[in-house]
Amino acid sequence: MTAQSSIRTSTPAASAPAPTAPRQRRRPMAPYALVIPSVVILVLAMGYPLIWQLVTSTQQFGLAQQFGQPAPFVGFGNYVTLATDPYMWTVILRSLAFCLACAAITMVIGTLLALLMNVVARWVRVVLQITLLLAWAMPVVAAMTVWTWLFNLRSGVINWMLSAVGLPFEGHNWLIDPLSFFGVALIIVVWMSVPFVSFAIYAGLTQVSGEVIEAAQMDGASGRQRFFGITVPIIRPVISIVLLLQVIWDLRVFTQIKLLQSAGSVKSETNLLGTYIYQLGTGSSDFGMASAVSVFVLVLTVAISAFYVRSMLKEDES
Amino acid sequence: MSSSTTSANRGRSQRTRPRTIVYSVVGLVVAVIWVFPVYWMLNSSLLPNVVLQDSTPTFLPFGGSFANFGAVFAGGTFFPALGMSVAIAVIVVVFCLLFAFLAALAISRFRFRGRRGFVLAILLIQMLPAEGLFIAQYKLMSSVNLLNSVIGISILYIAAVVPFTIWMLRGFVAGIPVELEEAAMVDGLSRTQAFLRITFPLLAPGLVASGVYAFLQVWNEFTIALVVLPDNGSATLPLWLQGFIQASASRATDWGQVMAASTLVALPVIFFFLFVQGRMTSGLVSGAVKG
Repeated sequence: MTAQSSIRTSTPAASAPAPTAPRQRRRPMAPYALVIPSVVILVLAMGYPLIWQLVTSTQQFGLAQQFGQPAPFVGFGNYVTLATDPYMWTVILRSLAFCLACAAITMVIGTLLALLMNVVARWVRVVLQITLLLAWAMPVVAAMTVWTWLFNLRSGVINWMLSAVGLPFEGHNWLIDPLSFFGVALIIVVWMSVPFVSFAIYAGLTQVSGEVIEAAQMDGASGRQRFFGITVPIIRPVISIVLLLQVIWDLRVFTQIKLLQSAGSVKSETNLLGTYIYQLGTGSSDFGMASAVSVFVLVLTVAISAFYVRSMLKEDES
Repeated sequence: MSSSTTSANRGRSQRTRPRTIVYSVVGLVVAVIWVFPVYWMLNSSLLPNVVLQDSTPTFLPFGGSFANFGAVFAGGTFFPALGMSVAIAVIVVVFCLLFAFLAALAISRFRFRGRRGFVLAILLIQMLPAEGLFIAQYKLMSSVNLLNSVIGISILYIAAVVPFTIWMLRGFVAGIPVELEEAAMVDGLSRTQAFLRITFPLLAPGLVASGVYAFLQVWNEFTIALVVLPDNGSATLPLWLQGFIQASASRATDWGQVMAASTLVALPVIFFFLFVQGRMTSGLVSGAVKG
């Protein structure tokens, strides 16, 4: 890969008469001038905080620092504290479990809906797509207010419906028990994420040509064989990319969890990584620990994203 | 041959028709479930609070009114939040488009040393979660006295949105053949003229789509705003809206007003979203879906 890129960058200089070459030769500074504004703003708003965070994660913050004392250097002390803190492990495992559950359920429902779009009458498909688009378009905070209202204990529709079919849900508080809190969060996250998944996979399904399916049918392939032998291999690349994006996105559910928490729940029992950082940083001003957890989250995200980034890079080179 | 195919087709369509009906019914049920929260927001926004507090829900807004919207407007906090959101969105979209457009030109029209590193950096930065940096960004803003300021949050937002915008615009710029510009230059235009008269007009749809996308991200952003706009007076619309949820935990909430407020925040988003949806899906998975 490095070899390929060095060939690319050296080509214009080496073969001066090539049609694209004169431009590079005449203004070799042009591309750098063009990227400067973006680079400056990224360094300012992302690079500097990132370095501050790396430095701060090696410092200890306590009561004295709230009164302006400089924070002492403790090396990897904060990371050691984190690694030996059972609560941190609870938060990490909780975040991963929630993320994977959301991603898995979203993928299953999204794929099923994409397949469903393929077999319903045309007008039903249009109706289905419009409703999914509306759900997708809802701003997160607005969606959260609506869902808090739907799950409201006194006059929420969900308690009313469950009571109407004879279940004991009158006045049930969904957010007080952590498990049911995450159940509600999961329903909301899945509701918001399924539309993207089903649209993307449906786009993949439209690549499956009817003729190939028909030919396989003539050769005696059963419906199951046609699905797993033809359709699945064709949509597999889409599914893997969409799954990856879901995992990355479901790790960052700060807004949903934060808003559900403020609608009434015990924070320490419902914290995920994002809300835990927020609590450490803004609640207890423990910037050292908050930075250490943030660095962990960033490293985790980069590790998971590596595959996606690589596939995008490949597209850039094509 | 042809007669046998048609009879086979007929046979199949007769076999599948009842199935299509079953699937279609399932599809409609799913559609109703999925759209229900959106419908419920609109429905509740039109009904008075007395009706909403009733133990039996009212499923159709008969006898409803726009009174809740009037109450939201009269509350006095909506318009400052709207102003804040609009100001931030305008600044971010303008600068983000400008910066991203220049960078997209660089990476799609030039091969230069460091290009690969730059592309890799923007792809990685675009994946970083706001939660991973927001405490540091809060400290940065407080150290330069830019908490609660439009400028401060705009700087953070531009940096957050610019990577994906560069990536999106790169696709548009690469889609316009350089030969068009070169032909115009052969016809006597300077390089800048050729670019402005030929390439730029062709890029307009791409700029609009990218701008709308940037607008949507900024308009909906909550996480960064929560930490760098701590003052109630500088709340953006999402922060203003979450105030209602927070209040609902402690005292009786006027859900009609909350739903009217949510509707006001959501409507422009839904409108713009329908514009760019197709491009967004293909932009995110373009490597995997051809066509």
